[in-house]
Amino acid sequence: MLTFTIRRLLLSIPTLLLISLVIFGLLQLAPGDPMAQVPLTVPPEVKQKMREALGLGQAWYVQYYKWLVQFFWIEPKVFVDYLTNSSTLLGWLPDTSLYNGELRVISWQTRSPVMDIVAQRMPQTLWVVGLSYIVGIVIAIPIGIYSAYRHYSVFDQAGTFITMVGFSIPPFFTGPLLIVIFSVYLGWLPSIYDTTHVVNDWASFKVQFFQMIMPVMVLALQTTAQISRYMRGAMLDNLNQDYVRTARAKGLKEGVVVMVHVLRNSMIPVVTVIALGMPAIFGGAIITENVFKVNGIGQLLLTALFANDLPMVMTLTFIFAILIVLFNLIADVLYGLLDPRIRYD
Amino acid sequence: MTEQATPASPLEADIETIGALMDKEPSKPPRSQWRDVWDQFRKHKGAVFGGGFLLFITFAVVFGPYIWDVDPKALDIRNKNWRPVYTLLWESGANAGWAHPFGTDQLGRDILAQMISGGRVSMAVGWLAMGLALVIGTAVGVIAGYFKWLDFWLMRFTDLVLSLPILPLVLLAVTLFRQPLNSRFGPEGGMFILIVSVIGLTSWMQTARIVRGDILALKEREFILAARSIGTTSGKIIRRHLLPNVISPIMVSATLGLATAIITESALSFLGVGFPSDYPTWGKLLADAVPRMQDFPERVLLPGIAISLTVLGVNYLGDGLRDALDPRIRGR
Repeated sequence: MLTFTIRRLLLSIPTLLLISLVIFGLLQLAPGDPMAQVPLTVPPEVKQKMREALGLGQAWYVQYYKWLVQFFWIEPKVFVDYLTNSSTLLGWLPDTSLYNGELRVISWQTRSPVMDIVAQRMPQTLWVVGLSYIVGIVIAIPIGIYSAYRHYSVFDQAGTFITMVGFSIPPFFTGPLLIVIFSVYLGWLPSIYDTTHVVNDWASFKVQFFQMIMPVMVLALQTTAQISRYMRGAMLDNLNQDYVRTARAKGLKEGVVVMVHVLRNSMIPVVTVIALGMPAIFGGAIITENVFKVNGIGQLLLTALFANDLPMVMTLTFIFAILIVLFNLIADVLYGLLDPRIRYD
Repeated sequence: MTEQATPASPLEADIETIGALMDKEPSKPPRSQWRDVWDQFRKHKGAVFGGGFLLFITFAVVFGPYIWDVDPKALDIRNKNWRPVYTLLWESGANAGWAHPFGTDQLGRDILAQMISGGRVSMAVGWLAMGLALVIGTAVGVIAGYFKWLDFWLMRFTDLVLSLPILPLVLLAVTLFRQPLNSRFGPEGGMFILIVSVIGLTSWMQTARIVRGDILALKEREFILAARSIGTTSGKIIRRHLLPNVISPIMVSATLGLATAIITESALSFLGVGFPSDYPTWGKLLADAVPRMQDFPERVLLPGIAISLTVLGVNYLGDGLRDALDPRIRGR
């Protein structure tokens, strides 16, 4: 298993390099000049200098190589410095100060390092996305178990219908719909997610809780629909197996049979689906963040795209790619760990 | 052959064999495979409703403009902001009437006509992008499954595309390539080509994987060996023997592809990188209505319901097709 994990980790390096090359190539192929907004009165030689200042003067492979160095070598150094210097987790370690003023990936919009902005925006996305995923899983698994156990019952029929509906309604429709119902007509929940809100007592926690309900539920609906379908399918596959009959025949309680024997076997495919679905939920967060005005990384990507901020777009898209590759790896490793029948070696 | 038990008396055995061979009842007329599929499909009520709704929507957007022949782009500023006709039920003084059953927007354009023309674009994008994805996916799957020396590289390529972040890349491609295509094919045609190709190029991977798996299994079967032994060329084997046998997984992934294509197009329009506002699709209508949804919730609801019901119908259709096309389930 360890060798498999190491091999997969090593294999993911060329994959990530290729992906970054694809993204970089797409950005290079794209027409559109970052100097297009500069007034025409600026003389061409000044424009050329400005272009070089943005790092656009050199051949594409030099630019790509510089980006690679900045992203994979300089940014980690900054991160390690941050960890040992000011974070509470590892702050007790001696200050490493690996970073000494090399050029980092700079955003064209703000002229500040891209990763600093990403680090500012990441918590909002992680809170909304992570919480919605957990909520979705917590709702989905009991629904899946019960509708498989009572196959063809009213609950099963209703559950299948609702998950199908949840699967089909896009988040850019459920979002506005929930806003119309709960913010406009009922006035219970705020329609905009206020990221500057600070939680320091019970009242402010309540505000935070209420403003998170809608974005989390919109994302959780998608998760719930998908995972409960898988859960139901996996449970149905296992409920008819011989070992279930054996367990019942030797007099085990029904609860033990279903919740221990069947559930544990059914969780194997579901856990991998949960891991595989994680990047997709980050993609879905782009839309949900836009609906509820959460200033997370999805919204950052959109504004960067519209502003033609290529380094920011490149870095953010690549972060999404890293997430996908990472969670694919996690899913594969989990599958091998959980299911002793599967041997990769 | 020699291991078979020899009967004691040859005469008795002959009689028994002939007796066993006799048919007790008249044989049923043979049934074609597609008739079985149709019978199984009809049992799945959701699938029948879904398929029916998909047909209805398709006919409505194709023939709708001939029946409701109001120009969706005609401005009628005096009759702007009409409510849908059903608001008259609870508010008799409402600004509504049968002249505009779904109301008019802030520039007085008829919403029903806009919904029909928007649906036309959405459905056209959905069908074409799905078709493109199917063609690419089937081609990659068949080639990878049939030609062993290409399998490794094609499947690594598929894995690579599968691990690309699709939505960010689609957003990226659409924003970056909008300008040159628009200048060549016009703002509408350029956007249409761009969105169809971007969605098609990013959603073929699942089809390719499924088709490859099926082809790998089929390739080892005797009928392929027989076909090859009488000198059938690879192209003919693929076209005559392999493709008809993988038609069912292709059809199921087609329905999934249609649903994703419609949703992706609407999402792009919603995020403001899709079609321009004067060429509205369902997603664009929804996005344009969101800022004023407090006063006119129906402008969000109508396109949203249209998208959701179509996708729901397509998903149910896919479910039913999967059951109907699977011979193991069909018998039950």
